[in-house]
Amino acid sequence: MSPTSPTILSELAPPPAAPAPGTDGYITADGRKIGGVLMDLRHITLRFGGVTAIKDISFDIREGEIRAIIGPNGAGKSSMMNVMSGFYVPQEGEVWFRGAKRPPMRPYQVARQGLARTFQNIALFDGMSVLDNIMTGRLTMMKSSLLEQALWWGRAEAEETRHREQVEKIIDFLEIQNIRKTPVGRLPYGLKKRVELARALAAEPKLLMLDEPMAGMNVEEKEDMSRFILDVNDEFGTTIALIEHDMGVVMDLSDRVVVMDYGRKIGDGTPDEVRNNQEVIDAYLGVAHD
Amino acid sequence: MDQLLYASEVLVNGLMTGVMYSLVALGFVLIFKASGVFNYAQGVLALFAALTLVGIQQGQVPFAHLINAITGSHISSFGWTVPSLLAILLTALVMVGLAILIETLVLKHLVGQEPIIMFMATIGLAYFLEGLGDIMWGADVKTLDVGLPQGISETAEAWTAALTGYGFFIDRLDIWATVIAALLVAALVAFSQYTKQGRAMRAVADDHQAALSVGISLRFIWVMVWSIAGFVALVAGIMWGTKSGVQFSLSLIALKALPVLMLGGFTSIPGAIVGGLIIGVGEKLFEFYVGPLVGGATEAWFAYVLALIFLVFRPQGLFGERIIERV
Ligand SMILES: Nc1ncnc2c1ncn2[C@@H]1O[C@H](COP(=O)(O)OP(=O)(O)O)[C@@H](O)[C@H]1O
Ligand SMILES: [Mg+2]
Repeated sequence: MSPTSPTILSELAPPPAAPAPGTDGYITADGRKIGGVLMDLRHITLRFGGVTAIKDISFDIREGEIRAIIGPNGAGKSSMMNVMSGFYVPQEGEVWFRGAKRPPMRPYQVARQGLARTFQNIALFDGMSVLDNIMTGRLTMMKSSLLEQALWWGRAEAEETRHREQVEKIIDFLEIQNIRKTPVGRLPYGLKKRVELARALAAEPKLLMLDEPMAGMNVEEKEDMSRFILDVNDEFGTTIALIEHDMGVVMDLSDRVVVMDYGRKIGDGTPDEVRNNQEVIDAYLGVAHD
Repeated sequence: MDQLLYASEVLVNGLMTGVMYSLVALGFVLIFKASGVFNYAQGVLALFAALTLVGIQQGQVPFAHLINAITGSHISSFGWTVPSLLAILLTALVMVGLAILIETLVLKHLVGQEPIIMFMATIGLAYFLEGLGDIMWGADVKTLDVGLPQGISETAEAWTAALTGYGFFIDRLDIWATVIAALLVAALVAFSQYTKQGRAMRAVADDHQAALSVGISLRFIWVMVWSIAGFVALVAGIMWGTKSGVQFSLSLIALKALPVLMLGGFTSIPGAIVGGLIIGVGEKLFEFYVGPLVGGATEAWFAYVLALIFLVFRPQGLFGERIIERV
């Protein structure tokens, strides 16, 4: 999937000043139209006491693309996703979303802006069924008041039905009909990952962030997950930021790749560009810290 | 035969006492599930709610003693009385306000701290609220009457007489208390299962991180849960206060809630209810059968001994989740 007309900004170029969505995009090899910048991370630095998890990293994510962040273990990928989703507050740098600088926000506020995510160590509601878990993805979209809900009156009924329908669509899409009523705590690992993806999708996010969605899966499960990720992007046009630790998997999926190592960005470009980048090769070959 | 009938009467009365324990334990469980905070102040919340209710109902001027001491005035009452229902509503609002204050002044600053630190904070809160109640409404014992029926129920006596040939003495207040508590629990269950706010509450109780990622504000849920716990405390306070007057010993029922929780499990709402009933019935029956042999007053320690025995054999309680260390 290498783009025919790559307009990857060189690392030294100043970040674009809030481009309107839809402008200065590019067309991918398979003919998908990539739009303007959706999220722009500028000079992010994150420290934990003495440890610098992220060192002055900048990159952007464009509308409609699948953007991967790869790197060896401990490179700072999850930290980066935590900054993007508001779970970590960087010491330096700015996060721009849809052309505006994001003020300091709590994670739940970031989520309400249209950013949904999954976690490297799966965070589901173990006590609830698969269906209820996925429904929580739509909780903040429900507008009827407590009184309306109590009396099952006004918007309440129509709203519940509508959200349920959407959730059922996602359940069909991810092929988990047969476990709809199962308590999530009882599911095997691979299915949990899928339910977590379903919950994130239920929020109809503008940006979907997946932290190692394929970690710990067998080959077959990985293939399924890859297919789902591609289908989500294709059918809903959802922009996806994806963390992977395994370079191979990501190359087939993503339009552009950021490579991190020891908290620094050592590469940024199409999969082909990244694959041929000497620093990236060294980081992955000298996998002493993997 | 007579012995058995007496015992059944004791059992029924024990159930009623148990309802009260259940209500206080319920408040504990709600807060513990949603925020992991063991709220030592739950009993004092009930006291504070009852004091506030009486104060509002009788048109007492809050902080009257303090104002009088400073300004040399002699005010004590506004000179009006507030209808019971309105007074209950106003008190519920006060409890919501209190929940907001507790969240912003205490809990917010302790997020992410060890549970023991949160626990210590609620001990502080308990003493603070006890003092505040005292300063606001005075330390005298007050009678509370919101119009709940009281006295021996003739209906119950007649019915049981017809059935068993022996008329049970059951306080009408106890019957009402049971019905109201049952309704309250049913409403809480419906709320947590079927409303958006209730689902968000369950989500927070299950996993904070996941709840945040779907856009749920933890602070909103905490205020909500403390408000609900405050309301449950108000209901408990009304019943207990009606029965034995509003006085500082009311906060001591909180200490009975601890064995109830050990029995029922700290995270289980059904556990709180069943645990409360078992302790209520157990201590009354024990006093009835064993009390005379050991010189009485077994009610003071029975609950704790029972809980200790339970702790040895089933540390997670009747309904609690088994505690598994994650590695
Ligand atoms: N909450 C945290 N507290 C302290 N150190 C952290 C925290 N989160 C991440 N780190 C550190 O930041 C570095 C990057 O970790 P992480 O972002 O998880 O890497 P990756 O996801 O690429 O494997 C590691 O050295 C890790 O120990
Ligand atoms: Mg990681």
